[in-house]
Amino acid sequence: MFSWNRFVAVLVKEFVQMRRDRLTFAMMVGVPVMQLVLFGFAINLDPKGLPTAVVSAETSAFSRSFVRAMENSGYFRVIAQPALVEEGERMLARGEVQFLLQVPADFSRRLQRGERPAILVEADATDPAATGNAVSALQGLNLTALDRDLAGSLASLRASPAPFEVRVHRRYNPEGITQYNIVPGLMGVVLTMTMVMMTSIAMTRERERGTMENLLATPVRPFEVMLGKIVPYILIGYVQVVVILVAARQLFEVPMVGSLVLLSAVLVLFIAANLAIGFTFSTLARSQMQAMQMTFFFFLPSMLLSGFMFPFRGMPGWAQAIGELLPLTHFLRVVRGILLKGSGWADIAPNVWPLAAFLLVVAAIALRRYRETLD
Amino acid sequence: MSATGIVIDVEGLTKRFGGKTVVDRFSMQVRRGQIYGFLGPNGSGKTTTIRMLCGLLTPDAGRGTCLGFDILTHSAQIKRQVGYMTQRFSLYEDLSIAENLDFIARVYGMDGRRRRVDEALERLGLSSRRGQLAGTLSGGWKQRVALAACLLHEPKLLLLDEPTAGVDPSARRGFWEHLHELAAGGMTVLVSTHYMDEAERCHALAYIAYGKLLTHGTVDEVVRGAGLATWSVEGEGLVALAGELRGRPGVDMVVPFGAALHVSGPDPALLEASLAAVRSRPGLRIERVPTGLEDVFIHLMKEGEPVSATTASGN
Repeated sequence: MFSWNRFVAVLVKEFVQMRRDRLTFAMMVGVPVMQLVLFGFAINLDPKGLPTAVVSAETSAFSRSFVRAMENSGYFRVIAQPALVEEGERMLARGEVQFLLQVPADFSRRLQRGERPAILVEADATDPAATGNAVSALQGLNLTALDRDLAGSLASLRASPAPFEVRVHRRYNPEGITQYNIVPGLMGVVLTMTMVMMTSIAMTRERERGTMENLLATPVRPFEVMLGKIVPYILIGYVQVVVILVAARQLFEVPMVGSLVLLSAVLVLFIAANLAIGFTFSTLARSQMQAMQMTFFFFLPSMLLSGFMFPFRGMPGWAQAIGELLPLTHFLRVVRGILLKGSGWADIAPNVWPLAAFLLVVAAIALRRYRETLD
Repeated sequence: MSATGIVIDVEGLTKRFGGKTVVDRFSMQVRRGQIYGFLGPNGSGKTTTIRMLCGLLTPDAGRGTCLGFDILTHSAQIKRQVGYMTQRFSLYEDLSIAENLDFIARVYGMDGRRRRVDEALERLGLSSRRGQLAGTLSGGWKQRVALAACLLHEPKLLLLDEPTAGVDPSARRGFWEHLHELAAGGMTVLVSTHYMDEAERCHALAYIAYGKLLTHGTVDEVVRGAGLATWSVEGEGLVALAGELRGRPGVDMVVPFGAALHVSGPDPALLEASLAAVRSRPGLRIERVPTGLEDVFIHLMKEGEPVSATTASGN
C-alpha cells in the first residue's frame, strides 16, 4: 500500500539533504547557466573573420580589389602579408592563419589579356567545419569583385566566364573528412575526461573511506603521494592513446603524417596536466560525488571551448580567452598539427609551453592544498 | 627519549576548531612501558589530543615532546616511531591482508619486507588467509590486523584510539593481553576507551572531559582522589526511589547499576543520614560498597559538564 506519510518522509529528507550539499545545489543551478552561456553565446557554427595571409607577387588594383572583396564577405581577415610564399606556408602549418592567398606575379597583365589567370587560395582544412562556409563564399567572388576596375576597354572582360579563376586547395584534409579532425581530437577529450575523473576520485576516496588519516600518520610525503597516485594513470592514459591511434588508423584511416614520438612526448605533458587538475579537485572535494561534479564542471567547457566540437575561431573573444586557458585547446592544435599537417617541434612549440605552464601552476596549487595534517 | 624514561611529555596543549576549544591546556606525562588509559565522554577531546601527539593536528598553543621529539617541529620523526590505530578501520578494504601489510612496510621503508609481513601474518595466525580482502574481515579480526599493521614498523609508542569499539569481550581480552605483553617488552601504549574493565587494566589513567584534564593517576589514586563514599541499594521500586533520593543532602548522584542503585556523595555522614530515611522500608537492602571507577567517572562527567554540552570532533 502506498503511504502518503512515508512518501512525504522520504521527500522531506531528500530536500533537507539537498540543501546541505551546497556544491550539488550550486551544480544544479550552475550547469544550466553554464550550458546556456556556452551553447547560446560561445558557439558559432559559421565562423567569420578568419585570419588570412596574402602573398602578393604584384601589387595591382585588381589584386587589392579582390582582397577587399574577400574581406567584405566577412569570412576573411587579412592579418599578414608575408613577402615569401614559404613564410605564408609556415603560418598556415602553425595554424596562425586559416587561409593563404597567393597572387601570381603576372596576374594583372594576364588578366588584362583575357587569359583568365588563377589566384590560389590555400585553406587549412583540418577542421572542415571551420573553413566550409568561407570557401563557399569564395565561389562567385571572381565574377563581381573586379566590376569597378574593369572599365572602359576592359569592360568586355566582365562578362562570364569570370575574368580570373580562384583555385582553392584544401590542405591537410583535401576531402574534408570530418573524422580526420574529430578522431585525433577525441584522444584529447577522452584523456581529459578519464584522467581528471580518476585522480579527483583517488584522493577523495582515501578521505571518504577513512584511510587518509592512516596515510597521514605514516612518514609518506605529499609529493610522494601525488606522484604515486598520478603515474599509474599516465600508463592508463597511454593505453587509451594506443587504442585511439589504432582505431584512427584502422577504422577511420586518419593520416598520420608527423612524428608519433613527438606526439608521445607532448602526451606526457598533457596527461600530467590533466592529472594535476584532478589531484587539485581531490584536495578540494569532500566526497567522491563532489569530485565527480568538479570534473564535470571542468570537462564541459573543455569540450565546448577547446575547438573540439565547434570551430575555435568562431567563438567570441571572451570564449577564446577561456579556451586558451584549457589544456585541451592546446593539445588539440598539437595533435591535429602532428597527425594531419606533419608539424615538427618548431610548429607546435607555441602550444606546448602553455601546457607546461598549466601543469606547473596547477601542480603547485595541488601541493599547496594537500595537507599533511587534518587541521 | 630522556633518561627519566618519559615518552610523552606535553604541557598546555590547546586546540580550537572554529572558536570552540576542543582541548584546553592539556598536560600529561607518560612513562616508558606504561599502558596509559585515556578516558572521557564522547567529544571530550581524546581523539584530538592523540592526533596532536602524532602530528596530525597542529596545536594552537602549548608545547611538548613525544619520544623526545618536539611535537610542533619534528612530527616527521615522531611519525616514524609511532604506531597509530585510528578509531575507524583504516586499512584498505580492497587490498588483501598481506597487501595492506606490505604497503605499510614499504611506506615505512622497512628492510626484509616479505619476512616481516610473513611473520606478522604468522603471529596473527592469518597465514592461510593472507589473500583475503581486508574489507571482508569480521570486526574482531579487522582490529587485530589493524594492530598488526601498527606494529609492523616496530614503533616505540602505540597510540590507540578506541581500538576495541564494537569488538566482542573475548577478542577484547585477547587484545589487552597482547598490549600487556608489548608493554612488558618496553612499548609505551596510550589507549582511549569507554570500557571500565579496560580502564582498570591500565597502569595509569587520565580522565578528560570537555577538553580539560580532570584527573589522572593509577586506578586507586583516581578512585581515592575523587573522595566519594558509595552505598548500594537493592530491592523493589528502585526507579521511584532514585527520584526520591536525588537532591537530598549529601547525595551527589544516584546511578542504576544492574539490579542495584549506587548512591554516592563526598560526605559519608551526610549521605548516611539521607539514606537512613529509607533504610526502614521493607524489601530494601542497603550497604556501603567500595567506590568503583565507573562511579568516579560518572561523578567527574557531571562535575566537568559545561552549560552547553555540544560535542565537537570525536568521529
